Amino acid sequence: MLKYIKRGILPLVLVLVVAVAFVGCSSETTTNATQPGTTTPANTTPALSGSFKIIGSNTVTPLSAVWAEAFMKANSDVSIAVSGPGSGVGIASLIDGTTDICQASRAIKSSEIDQAHANGVDPYEIQVASDALSVIVNPSNPVSELTIAQLSAIYTNQITNWKEVGGNDAPIVVMARDTNSGTHVFFKEHVVQMDGLSTKDTSLEYGDKVLFLPSTEEGVSQVASNPNGIFYAGLGYVNETVKAIGVKKTADDIAVQPSVETALNGTYPVSRPLLYYTDGAPTGLIKSYIDYCLSAEGQEEVVASGFVPLAQ
Amino acid sequence: MVQENTTAPATAAGSNQGLRRRLRLGEKVIEGWILLAGLLAIVVLLGIIFILLKEGLPVFAHTPPWEFLFGTKWYPVSDPPTFGIAPFFVSTLMITLISTVISVPIGVATAAYLAEVAPVKVREAVKPIIEILAGIPSVMMGFIGLALLSPFVQSLFNLPTGLCGLTAAIMLSMMSLPIIVSVSEDAMHAVPYEFKEASYALGATRWETIWHVCIPAALSGIAAAIMLGVGRAIGETMTVLMVAGGALAVPASPTDPMTTMTAAIASGIGNAVRGGLQYQAIFAVGLILFILTLAVNIFAERVLERQKRKFAR
Repeated sequence: MLKYIKRGILPLVLVLVVAVAFVGCSSETTTNATQPGTTTPANTTPALSGSFKIIGSNTVTPLSAVWAEAFMKANSDVSIAVSGPGSGVGIASLIDGTTDICQASRAIKSSEIDQAHANGVDPYEIQVASDALSVIVNPSNPVSELTIAQLSAIYTNQITNWKEVGGNDAPIVVMARDTNSGTHVFFKEHVVQMDGLSTKDTSLEYGDKVLFLPSTEEGVSQVASNPNGIFYAGLGYVNETVKAIGVKKTADDIAVQPSVETALNGTYPVSRPLLYYTDGAPTGLIKSYIDYCLSAEGQEEVVASGFVPLAQ
Repeated sequence: MVQENTTAPATAAGSNQGLRRRLRLGEKVIEGWILLAGLLAIVVLLGIIFILLKEGLPVFAHTPPWEFLFGTKWYPVSDPPTFGIAPFFVSTLMITLISTVISVPIGVATAAYLAEVAPVKVREAVKPIIEILAGIPSVMMGFIGLALLSPFVQSLFNLPTGLCGLTAAIMLSMMSLPIIVSVSEDAMHAVPYEFKEASYALGATRWETIWHVCIPAALSGIAAAIMLGVGRAIGETMTVLMVAGGALAVPASPTDPMTTMTAAIASGIGNAVRGGLQYQAIFAVGLILFILTLAVNIFAERVLERQKRKFAR
């Protein structure tokens, strides 16, 4: 046993050294960020400085990351940390007071607002962009359009074979995001439970054969490699390795492909707002960041990231 | 302690008695330090039990314990939420069992080979490599499972998807193998040479010596190795979360997608508000996981005790 321990010492020391090195780096950057005025260029008006956190939706993360990067480039004394475990996590963090901005791909629930008020937090909602929630399949799949009712039946495991919706005779591998995800909740309410249709049924839940995946990236790569897979993702995640399905409200309607145009003109049936939540109306640094996001320049980044900008 | 050692030689010339007193004092300090360290482990353990009980038990006011344990519906974000962990419980048992069945025979056989058969040079080269395997982060194992193993399992069994319990179990067995090999090799290596000499003197072959002498004599070490391996398999989260599929149904076969208790905790704790119902339910899952590992440990202890008595006779 002693030998075992001895042999373990060298790697352990190495790991410690590396860890210490990293800690050194990160503390350096945070002190730079939090010390106002140390590197302020003389020619500019009072420069912004400080740091804040954005936690929440996996869908919004690529967009927030682009905004944060551009904002930090323009204001070198600002540091922004973006992480995207899911909208539910972001809202829970906002309620617990562990984040400055919560990014969400679904609206906050009334029960969550009550919890927030109980914790002395006042959620303030700002729409920063829109999204066409896209349903994706493998490019080799002959199915190219589905009604909301068919999608609901697929996600409740009532339809289990592609031939029932006009495809090959193969089992459907149904994939969804886990409960951390705002997309999980939005899709459940608007597609599985068919909100806004005459067949609306709030007792419907995801079927128990549905695969719940921890990240959107994993779902997209699974669909890209599995000819029988189906998954949903924000428009920004749709790439050439997968095929987006045209969605129709009812069998009589025309199927609409998800895109910036169809989301903006309201013809795509499952589009949604992407939101930021703060505790009370934003002030100071966070206000200037959000102002940047909503500016024409910020909204250009929305289009560049594959999302839908706010209607002008 | 360090100070004690460096100042001692300086004063040694003065008086021998002073030095001795100093050494005795140093010993006391060290003794106290070790006692404190031992107590700390117990305090931490009690603290964990206390928090699990405090945060987890209140959920049983909403969902009675039998419904919680045997319910098959887990919808934590619905209104009203339902909490039934039977699918997670069955998945955890299934995946752990399969990974143990794969890793224990291979692990013990590898250990026996390294300890008894392999030339010293091979042993010295192979063992550190196996130990490096133990240090691969679980996320990396998850990636390997996603990219390499799951397509293989999918085509081998002709499944609709390779993300299933079997894939997770194979990855877990690969993660517990290094621990089992390394610890049981140490145990077998420590078996007194006289035992083996006596066995050979009686005309036993190498195989008979390994099977009837080395393994039984090293049994307590091997059992500890297996327990460490099983413990890793039960508690592993990231790999399972990535490759086991994450379906909520009670798995009927190892090739079904499934969610283990650890994966359910990891994928649910993020959006649970402190003190909320989902938070409590997740702590209750943690409590049951804790009881499960405790039961496995106690069971192993019993078996080991019986084996030891048998061998002593």
